[in-house]
Amino acid sequence: MSNVRLMKGNEAIAEAAIRAGCNAYFGYPITPQSEIIEYLAEVGRERGMIVMQVESEVAAINMVYGASGAGARAMTSSSSPGISLMQEGISYMASAELPALVVNINRGGPGLGTIQPAQGDYFQATKGGGHGDYHLIVLAPASCQEMADFVFDAFDLADTYRNPVMILADGALGQMMEKVVFKEHTKTNHSFDKSWATTGKPTTRERNIITSLFIQPEKMEAVNLHLQKKYQTICNNEIRYQLVDTDDAEIVLVAYGLSARICHRAAELARENGLNVGLLRPITLYPFPYPILHELRRKVKGIMVVELNAGQMLEDVQLGVEGMIPVEFYGRMGGIIPSPDEIYEKIMEFKKMKLNKKSPAAFQPMQQSN
Amino acid sequence: MNEILDKTYLEQNDLECVWEKPDTLTDTRMHYCPGCGHGVVHKVLMEVVQELNIQSEIIGVAPVGCSVFAYNYLNIDMQEAAHGRAAAVATGIKRVLPNNYVFSYQGDGDLAAIGTAETIHAANRGENILVIFINNAIYGMTGGQMAPTTILGMKTSTTPFGREGETQGFPFRITELIAQLPGVYYVTRQAVHTPNAVRQLKKSFLKAFQIQKEKKGYCLIEVVSNCPSGWKMTPVVSNQWMEENMFPVYPLGDKKIDGKLVND
Repeated sequence: MSNVRLMKGNEAIAEAAIRAGCNAYFGYPITPQSEIIEYLAEVGRERGMIVMQVESEVAAINMVYGASGAGARAMTSSSSPGISLMQEGISYMASAELPALVVNINRGGPGLGTIQPAQGDYFQATKGGGHGDYHLIVLAPASCQEMADFVFDAFDLADTYRNPVMILADGALGQMMEKVVFKEHTKTNHSFDKSWATTGKPTTRERNIITSLFIQPEKMEAVNLHLQKKYQTICNNEIRYQLVDTDDAEIVLVAYGLSARICHRAAELARENGLNVGLLRPITLYPFPYPILHELRRKVKGIMVVELNAGQMLEDVQLGVEGMIPVEFYGRMGGIIPSPDEIYEKIMEFKKMKLNKKSPAAFQPMQQSN
Repeated sequence: MNEILDKTYLEQNDLECVWEKPDTLTDTRMHYCPGCGHGVVHKVLMEVVQELNIQSEIIGVAPVGCSVFAYNYLNIDMQEAAHGRAAAVATGIKRVLPNNYVFSYQGDGDLAAIGTAETIHAANRGENILVIFINNAIYGMTGGQMAPTTILGMKTSTTPFGREGETQGFPFRITELIAQLPGVYYVTRQAVHTPNAVRQLKKSFLKAFQIQKEKKGYCLIEVVSNCPSGWKMTPVVSNQWMEENMFPVYPLGDKKIDGKLVND
């Protein structure tokens, strides 16, 4: 099996899942991520993975629940409306502390929306999404290479913390083709203790119960406190981000996924025109890299957040900056992807309008011009 | 009481032990209402698990509803499922552990209302699992509301004038529906209101696990049961009422054996 391939982002995820030793995939087709199930139905099955197209996203996530509870490395994938249907199951898995990979190849919304790329599911992915107090670990790749790499990381993080992990990418990353080099993975399902799994009760141990039901308030609170402690550990240990040219930057762009790649070029354009612009790309959207924003706010004059939505990660950036420097926002929706020139123009407007004023920018995002 | 059940006591008094609680049941006192069928079904199911010696190979999926705490009583590995999703969870378990025994235990709201899609598709895929379906024609835990299986004319808290088909739909005979599907191997409807019925149910469980061992396909065992609290009757009257009113709508007996429909 060649380690260098030219493939779609969706296919890279599927191939990486096989190589990461994923035992079982359950899913339901939805654009723009159906190549994942198509690839697995052919290649994954041949290589020993259980691959099932099932009746709904609701069933799929609950099969992931069952398979994960039985000790398997399990995954599903979907796109925005399908992920909404899975939220019940994801909440249950977070509570029952079941590891799994959930891939969301984000499309435009709300509602049935559009099949074009978007980042409108940021809130849903990072703030819980379903009912109750919980978080997923959320990884945001920005290339086909990372679509593959993050699958390995996602399974390992899921098994380490016994928590569902989401890969959140947009439709463009799922559909575009790039060179992908597959790394050798070292950890498998067997690298992790799964003595908690329901595999049939031998006489040597107590029965294993996978549940999210805790009727007594004290017990329920204890479970919640345990989960919160786990999330704090994740926040302490697993924050990942990329910095580009921030050392001498006057303005730093903050963007993830596809928009980070566009911002990278926009920052270069700015530098070509004499304005020092850098880029912060959060790789983990949960845990969010607040600490690096705490550093940046002392070093730069302003921050501009670019997303393919109405301003969702913007709120986390504002929290990180705590009003100390102006934060501007530029977003496009509906599947429209801004060009580097467009973002460059907004950076120049931002510099002209806001940066010369003493007072911090208001929290309202700038009116978007079409 | 414990003294009477003590083995030494039995031996000293030259008494024969005719029934013991199987090790596959925990010592936890059940929360079910007096006269409810759940406890009997639990007991019979775990007797079969003990007799077949499959405690180390079986995984159950616990429901939402009155039997939501089933895993407190069944001394086996279990997973609690979201409302209606037990067949999907059981599918996930069975697919990764094909050589283990897997069953789900579901009530009528769980299986025939919110989980209809999962129920029918698991059956239609011929998943090699056993689905145990407790049909007491009412939502017991939530306080006695109408279930899909509530019979016509039956009063519940949401059909206070009696269920009428024209506006509230008709009793859902899910067992007959499931029996039609090609991947389904064994379907039967049983009850636990008499000692004989309990023995019949036990035979059904034995048969279903044998089928699962041989990987022949999907099995559904419906148990028509009572809900004295929800029906607002004494246990004895509820059993009489069940015989007179439920059995005509939900006739007992096998619906499909060895993959073939039974003509009734």
